[in-house]
Amino acid sequence: MVVMKMKFPFQKRVKLAQGLWFLSWCATVAGAITFTLGCILKTELRRRAEVMDNSDVHVVPNTLMIVGLASLGINIFASKICQDALDAERFPRWKNMLKPYFAVSCFFTVLMLLAVIMSCAMKGSLESSLKVGLKNGIRFYKDTDTPGRCFQKQNIDRLQMEFQCCGNNDFRDWFEVQWISNRYLDFSSKEVKDRIKSNVDGRYLLDGVPFSCCNPSSPRPCIQYQLTNNSAHFNYEYQTEELNLYLRGCREALVSYFMGLMNTIGAGVLSVFLLQGSVLVSLRFLQTAMEAVAGNENTEIETEGYLLEKSVKDTVMEFIEPVMQFFLFKNQVGEGSSEAQADP
Amino acid sequence: MALMLVKFDMKKRVKLAQTIWFLYWFAVMAGVLVFSMGLFFKIELRKRSELMDNNESHLLPNVLILMGLIACGVNAFGGKVCYDSLDPSKFIKWKPMLKPFLMFCVGFNGLLFVTALLCFVMRIPLQFTLAEGLKNGMRFYKDTDTPGRCYMKRTLDLMQMEFRCCGNDHYRDWFEIQWVSNRYLDFSAKEVKDRIGSNVDGQYLMDGVPFSCCNPSSPRPCIQGQMTNNTAHYSYDHYTEELNVWKRGCREAMVSYYGGLMNTIGALVLLVTMLEIAVTIGLQYINSSLSSLVNPEDPESESEGWILEKTVGETFTDIMANMKAMSKGGKVEEEAEAGVATVS
Repeated sequence: MVVMKMKFPFQKRVKLAQGLWFLSWCATVAGAITFTLGCILKTELRRRAEVMDNSDVHVVPNTLMIVGLASLGINIFASKICQDALDAERFPRWKNMLKPYFAVSCFFTVLMLLAVIMSCAMKGSLESSLKVGLKNGIRFYKDTDTPGRCFQKQNIDRLQMEFQCCGNNDFRDWFEVQWISNRYLDFSSKEVKDRIKSNVDGRYLLDGVPFSCCNPSSPRPCIQYQLTNNSAHFNYEYQTEELNLYLRGCREALVSYFMGLMNTIGAGVLSVFLLQGSVLVSLRFLQTAMEAVAGNENTEIETEGYLLEKSVKDTVMEFIEPVMQFFLFKNQVGEGSSEAQADP
Repeated sequence: MALMLVKFDMKKRVKLAQTIWFLYWFAVMAGVLVFSMGLFFKIELRKRSELMDNNESHLLPNVLILMGLIACGVNAFGGKVCYDSLDPSKFIKWKPMLKPFLMFCVGFNGLLFVTALLCFVMRIPLQFTLAEGLKNGMRFYKDTDTPGRCYMKRTLDLMQMEFRCCGNDHYRDWFEIQWVSNRYLDFSAKEVKDRIGSNVDGQYLMDGVPFSCCNPSSPRPCIQGQMTNNTAHYSYDHYTEELNVWKRGCREAMVSYYGGLMNTIGALVLLVTMLEIAVTIGLQYINSSLSSLVNPEDPESESEGWILEKTVGETFTDIMANMKAMSKGGKVEEEAEAGVATVS
């Protein structure tokens, strides 16, 4: 039983070929755009690589770049085929290449859809990667003299100012970490000695945050130190103070930024997927319609085009059978030889 | 003797028309570019108009926008004329308009050149406006409760963070003004009363700067308060400390930013002017070559093209003679009227 049979008179074939040629050039441009979007996403992820623990999320831009390049090739090929399609002499030379071509194109089109699904599904992995990365960033903030970590302070400061956030979950994360380097602490002073003794690890903890947490929209000059001590500042109550520091945590800010970027890119790639799919379907119809013309003297006869010669199940079996036979044959040979070995 | 005479046969005329048509489309895009540059510059000025006392001159961006729009229109019209010049029947309807159009183009090119010069010259008034505006802006930093000035603090903070600068000329400018609002000063405290008593105007002056002056590249947490007191901070010497706060003044930073922008725009407008001159000369050649056919009936005959029909000197004397004739003609009419008046 044929899937989606359609009649194609000569004029309709011509129109199909012309429409397909235009559509395949649009799809080529769309493929280039997909590649560009993949590059943009990868660049953005790399810029913030210092606050990410693992690079699992990089699979999305990598897939997009591969699919973009592949779709460029597929669509250029498709436009060449449909240019030759109306010429009955030049069309037969494509005959042998078309079956593997369709297999490869379907694979990459499905990969495109997978990339879109992944871009929405990667949220959890991104969040956990950022959680660990930001925690380390805050811990190594003070190590401006340790090679390999000396730019951590600068990166975290710039990150907090750019994304308007403070700390991992909120600004209180800074209270649990020593973020002032020992080089700038006067160990002979009483205050420093008290603070260091007040906790098990001997760290200099204080209820203060770095300057990059300050919110410029606050009507008063920034209060960075003694944040939980209401009497240290005139007319200040930390429970109700909202504008002094950024209240949002950096993990939430970064996750929402990257998810917004990936969702937008995903929506664009979805429309490219639909375009690519329609190109492949039209090409299949054109191919089957032209195959029926082959061998006929009158090239202007009406022919039938279809998507699949047999039903979906039969076509799938047709593809899988050679693969199954290959494995079965191997098994049989293996069994035969083991039997031969078993009875001497 | 004509200026820059060139012989044209049919093929050469066709090639000239095609090249100039292509160049006209480039020129349309150049017009769009000039328009968008004017728009961009206008937006940049408006973004920071608070820092310039709302006093800045919008002359340059308005002129650029106008020139861009006119350039688009003129070049689109020129392109249409070029396209029609290959068809003698269509060219006939454009012929009478061409001479005034070319004169208008010459005038427009002169105006474009003046605009380019304006870009380079307007830097100087902008410098003065910026200096005044920044000085006043810093004075109103603390007035976050005064309507009309309540966003000055945020604007200044964001500007200092973005341009990596502090104060007008350097960070010590902040020591000379009160930048902490009175609402957050405890007037019953001794320290506040001392500071207010220490100067004539009764201002709360301190040797501290806002947090937006802090440099994230500094290895130690930012020192904002008591900056000139070496003993207030461990291992600190304010004479040699370089990385703590931004060393550059904001006037210098803004002037170099806007100056660079205006230089770039001026250079681009000069390039657009040269393109416009080229297409105007090309159109003049097309016009003159089509009007000087050896055999007017045969469109494929040879012809000559020139920039000016006579030499520069002769053209100039011709123009002066025409103007004298026009004014004389007016005089003769006046005398005739007077004669009629005296007779009757």
